[in-house]
Amino acid sequence: MKRSNQPFFWLLFGAGGMLSALIGAMLVFITGVAAPLGLGVHADLMSHANAIAFARGIPGKLFLLVVVSLFLWHAAHRIYHSLHDLGIPPGPLAQAACYGTALLGTVVATVALLAIGF
Amino acid sequence: MADTRKIVLEVLRYTPGQSTAPTLQQYPIEFTDDMSVLQGLQQVKDFVDGSLTFRWSCRMAICGSCGMMIDGAPKLACRAFLRDFLPGPLRVEPLEHFPIERDLVVDISDFVDKLGRITPWIEPREPRSLEQGEYLQTPAQLERFESFSHCINCMLCYAACPQYGLDSRFLGPAATALLHRYNSDSRDGAQAKRMELVNSEEGVWACTAVGYCSEVCPKAVDPANAVNQNKTASAVSWFARFLPGRG
Amino acid sequence: MDGWWRRDPFFIRYMAREATAPFVAAYAIVLLVGIVSLARGADAYEEWLEALASTGWIVAHAILVAIFAYHTYTWFQIMPKTMPPVVVRGRRLAPEVITFAGIAAAVLASLALWILVAYGAP
Repeated sequence: MKRSNQPFFWLLFGAGGMLSALIGAMLVFITGVAAPLGLGVHADLMSHANAIAFARGIPGKLFLLVVVSLFLWHAAHRIYHSLHDLGIPPGPLAQAACYGTALLGTVVATVALLAIGF
Repeated sequence: MADTRKIVLEVLRYTPGQSTAPTLQQYPIEFTDDMSVLQGLQQVKDFVDGSLTFRWSCRMAICGSCGMMIDGAPKLACRAFLRDFLPGPLRVEPLEHFPIERDLVVDISDFVDKLGRITPWIEPREPRSLEQGEYLQTPAQLERFESFSHCINCMLCYAACPQYGLDSRFLGPAATALLHRYNSDSRDGAQAKRMELVNSEEGVWACTAVGYCSEVCPKAVDPANAVNQNKTASAVSWFARFLPGRG
Repeated sequence: MDGWWRRDPFFIRYMAREATAPFVAAYAIVLLVGIVSLARGADAYEEWLEALASTGWIVAHAILVAIFAYHTYTWFQIMPKTMPPVVVRGRRLAPEVITFAGIAAAVLASLALWILVAYGAP
């Protein structure tokens, strides 16, 4: 019997699902609604200076990397199975498309965060 | 009969070698408040159409024989009451995801084969002679597997599982629940053998936690929980391979 | 099996739960674009920031908030079935308790994040 490779992706799915369940809605509200409208937060919360300062610190860098990559891995795993639910057979091709996109996003985020510097 | 009401049973009929495709046949029946769907079918068979074929035995949700799709949902016919489906008509079909053998009888050989694959017995962790006495177990050890031993093999969970419907290689809810029952028994020592099946592509990983299997289970076995606990176990074993000194 | 999920309200709710995934990915990509523009320089970042402040994106994010909240609800609703049993004083924790605890944890974590951002940020 061939061992499934799903445990690896499932753990990333679970971690991303848990993180987005805990703080996802609030995070979207802050960056997408509150900050642009200045609702309850500083008008310059996401200004260039603040963003650079945040992304140069180790905690900020890790936070951004973890949020972007885990959200992507969570979505990729769910979408992979949803494709099967909709009649698209699971397998290497669907895996490459779904998990490949999440991997690409993780790599791009890592490179960009490193390029921002410390 | 006192206080009878009327309902139309709309029953799927199929006879291999005669029918080209399944058809629905309507049977108007009179029923009393205490009559189950199974009793409705029995009334049809006894007084209207003796050729109607379905499985049943105990009439009290213990034998697991009379599982069928009742109004589109997997249910035991003995546990569903006609009064709950008024005004009707009430659609009665064979269990989803299994090939029809005849009318409401399905071919269960795939499930029976799966049951055979999970090593559904205790292989003692340490052999004991008769003189050494029985295998002792604490209430807490019993609690770990007891609910999973309540399965009556009615296969409602398989009819409820879209993943089994999409790909029947998936070991599925009930067989995994029973596997889990043995794997979490303190007396058993065959976990490694069963984990090979759990970890495989046919094992637990087709499950997407739909959860409908546990909803339809007439015995509150919660097979979805068994499957998902084994995902955790399988994930642990997946990573344990990379630890030093592990195979 | 075509269209199987339309047969039962239970399956429709399942598909709705699964359908949150592309939206979670969409938000991750919005953030990713922001990070990349931050790496590219001030001008690129200001452009991204300006786009976020447009009515269209604010409305889109408001809708995303609702979808993420639905994800939170469904995530903790299925959790009693997906996690190993929790035994407290010899009794299995009821599913409703697990779901409630999960949602409570999400509310607390979100409040903590809000306080951190609204009062702790420079």
